[in-house]
Amino acid sequence: MKLRQIAHSRTGDKGNTSNISVIAYDEKHYPLLLQQVTSARVKAHFAGVVEGEVVRYELPNISALNFVMKQALGGGVTRSLALDAHGKSLSAALLDLEIEAVPGNK
Amino acid sequence: MMRTIRIGSGAGYSGDRIEPAVELAEKGGIQYLVFECLGERTVALAQQARMKDKESGYDPLLEARMRAVLPVCASKAIKIVTNMGAANPLAAARKTAEVANSLGLSSLKIAAIVGDDVLDACKERDLPIMEFDGTIRQLGNRLLSANAYLGAGPMAKALSAGADIVITGRASDPALFLAPMVHAFGWPMDDWNLLGQGTLAGHLLECAGQITGGYFADPPYKDIPDLARLGFPIGEVGEDGSLVVTKVEGSGGAVTAQTCKEQLLYEVHDPTQYLQPDVTADFSHVKVEEIGKDRVRISGGRGSPRTGTLKVSVGYVDGFIGEGQISYAGPGAVARGRLALEIVRERLKLTGVAAGELRFELIGVDSLHGAAVAAHANEPYEVRVRVAGRTESLREAVRIGNEVETLYTNGPAAGGGAFKSARDVVAVASVLLPRELARPQVHFVGGEGR
Repeated sequence: MKLRQIAHSRTGDKGNTSNISVIAYDEKHYPLLLQQVTSARVKAHFAGVVEGEVVRYELPNISALNFVMKQALGGGVTRSLALDAHGKSLSAALLDLEIEAVPGNK
Repeated sequence: MMRTIRIGSGAGYSGDRIEPAVELAEKGGIQYLVFECLGERTVALAQQARMKDKESGYDPLLEARMRAVLPVCASKAIKIVTNMGAANPLAAARKTAEVANSLGLSSLKIAAIVGDDVLDACKERDLPIMEFDGTIRQLGNRLLSANAYLGAGPMAKALSAGADIVITGRASDPALFLAPMVHAFGWPMDDWNLLGQGTLAGHLLECAGQITGGYFADPPYKDIPDLARLGFPIGEVGEDGSLVVTKVEGSGGAVTAQTCKEQLLYEVHDPTQYLQPDVTADFSHVKVEEIGKDRVRISGGRGSPRTGTLKVSVGYVDGFIGEGQISYAGPGAVARGRLALEIVRERLKLTGVAAGELRFELIGVDSLHGAAVAAHANEPYEVRVRVAGRTESLREAVRIGNEVETLYTNGPAAGGGAFKSARDVVAVASVLLPRELARPQVHFVGGEGR
């Protein structure tokens, strides 16, 4: 299934850094996020977009992850040549990630 | 009984809709109305405007917003706090006084907060730039402005001195909301957990419609009712820091656990270290509970002592950007679009256009997330060619758009709707300034006959 079926997401920007939240609709899916939505996968998913490191923060209280992606906004919102200089559309791309539903956790 | 205040968020950015703010003032039962209107580089642009005209340099919508809300705010004794002062809070306060006088509201007390402009202090210290290797002085005559993110203190002081309207320049966005709390409840400026929870409230409210269903809808997974009439949020804050986020009854949108969680993490990096001028806030223990329709309780914000420095936003001139676009549609649209890109790429070389970084992309295919992310998508019916490049001069920037426009008669079949632009770029970087070097002050601007 797609990540979009179990989680929602929002992108924020500061300078040349983008952050993307990934929030489980249902807390029972948080372990799936923890297990499968890793920094490495997010970095790979955004090949060609994110040039710097991707750091993941975990927020079990709200069943959410927060990905902080460095060098992700074409040099920074205020100087980028990109059509979407803020990277606001990135969250939608991340929700296209394929997730394996673990038996018993559906 | 515990005291509670209701703070409305009347704008989430400079160009935001005005009618939800009027609705908040009329029907929101609020005591404070906050307008957050100052983006990262807005101060630098405003500083450029001020250099040309010393009575300008504040938010372009200041007059329209004040004219729209002052009558109802005055009649209900709703205090206004805003960063619409941008690069010139004093001129903004004078303009606001002029509007108030013209509405017969000359008794309103209007305060301007100055002192966020720290350009001289930054130059003296030649501070290092955080985003790239270099210092303030190395920016030379490209340097436009340096404004420190001030905390809630000066704004709270202005409110306590009787201000009905407080106009600041650069201040931390959450601090615009923290100020009324500090003023109303007398919170000590070293009660870190209260300041942390108050900062949490401010952070959630500062983008206005982004917590009531804006920047959220994604049918069929996330549906929001009546987005056209999206209402703006209200924070009910108790003197113990307790917080319920809600909105005007009958307005469009929704306040749910989901909208609140998304906004909680918006523009947050390490959730345990949300650095603010007044406190280092910690959002990692936050709990979000729906307690009624469009009522969400948010608790668990904490804090630890603030750092010794203030973040300073530095504006500088960063060359020019030239851009051109043209559309192709129907069978083979993508192939013709790619051909067009190759033609422009080669022509820019042949004609010797001096551009540094260049982007060649197809809107509808790979412009937002690049070729790799978009590789598996189906072919669209229409595409839009886009070429953008960075140049040292406006003249070179213009040539980029021209080479896209010439595709009309010199490119693939059936290209239409060409557009071109060339603009100068004001970019923003950051430095950290020892906090004692910023000395904010409160100035009251008299109304008529005072």
